[in-house]
Amino acid sequence: MPHFERLYNFACWLTQDRHEAEDLVQETYAKALKGFSSFQPGTNFRAWIYKILRNTFLTSRTGLKATSNVPLDLEGDDVLPPAKETPESILLQRSDSQLVQQALERLPVAYREVLLLCEVEEMSYQEISTTLAIPMGTVMSRLSRARRALRTLVQEMQGSRG
Amino acid sequence: MVCENWADKLDAYLDGELPPAEARAVGEHLRSCGACAAESLSRVQQKRAVQAAGQRFTPDPAFRARIQKSIAPRRASRWKVVWFPALAGAMALVIVGAISLHLNRERRGEQQLLSELADLHVATLASSNPVDVVSTDRHTVKPWFAGKIPFTFNLPELQDSPFTLVGGKVSYLNQSPGAELIFRVRQHQISVFIFQEQALANGCARKNAQSARSFSARSWSHNGLCYFMISDVAAQDLDKLRELVKRAG
Repeated sequence: MPHFERLYNFACWLTQDRHEAEDLVQETYAKALKGFSSFQPGTNFRAWIYKILRNTFLTSRTGLKATSNVPLDLEGDDVLPPAKETPESILLQRSDSQLVQQALERLPVAYREVLLLCEVEEMSYQEISTTLAIPMGTVMSRLSRARRALRTLVQEMQGSRG
Repeated sequence: MVCENWADKLDAYLDGELPPAEARAVGEHLRSCGACAAESLSRVQQKRAVQAAGQRFTPDPAFRARIQKSIAPRRASRWKVVWFPALAGAMALVIVGAISLHLNRERRGEQQLLSELADLHVATLASSNPVDVVSTDRHTVKPWFAGKIPFTFNLPELQDSPFTLVGGKVSYLNQSPGAELIFRVRQHQISVFIFQEQALANGCARKNAQSARSFSARSWSHNGLCYFMISDVAAQDLDKLRELVKRAG
């Protein structure tokens, strides 16, 4: 089963529920098997199967709920405010994993998924573009916003904790 | 503060998505700019932190087993194992059958053609007027055909050969006109038929027909014309005349 563990991990992040994630993965494999003829050899298999999983999620009840409250300025062209913090204050360590996980959970799905595909799945921008069915430029701007949002969130959480 | 010019490129640089030339430029800048270097370090740390935090959920073995079972290909039945080679065998038989049928049909076509020519030859032998132009002179026979058949041909020089030209007449095969020339060698007559290749359904039959109904036969094609020789003479006589006719082209 190609990408099984990683797909499951990604599904858990999307659904935030292990049972739903299992259903999602199962449905993804079923759809992939059924629609394997639509996969074009030579194209990216990973992007293809992640795309199936993501589309399945988006049409699920949880997916619809998660995407219905996405902030409207997600893809806006507004200039991002310059980072106020000094680098030292936001150096994240691996030991901050729990904090980062909580921050990821709180991010809108669109930010969460693009971060996971880039950092965890280590997909290229091109692969992300295929998986999410968005242009490369949007991949870059969304990734940049997602990182900024995560950083701000972690800072806030660090502030409230300490 | 991070340099504004470079800030946009830092992410792509750290994600390994910049083209080599730009990546080199950013790398050089980072060596000379403390603020940008610090910002990069912070972003790399964040990348690593997300990478570590993101690998969070592992499927439990029961779920893995369930999925494996649900997507495992069904055990191939014996029927399945058997029908593939059987189908391939059947296909091969059909193909071989089709080819031999085609060859047979072609051979049958050829035989039919030679048979028809043998009929014409026999009819000529039996006729009281075997030829329409009676002449041993090739320079009389050849012009006689002009306007009667849609092509022309050369007649062989028969001096110093055992053959004599008797004459010729217009003959028909598949509703197409052609020439029938009669040669004599000793007491035997030889019919030489000349038809246009395009007039024959199967082309020129086999290049080297040997016999038809115990007559000796020869066939060949030259310049879009098909030549057929039919006679009761010995094979070597037929071959000799064939060489003379061929040489005349």
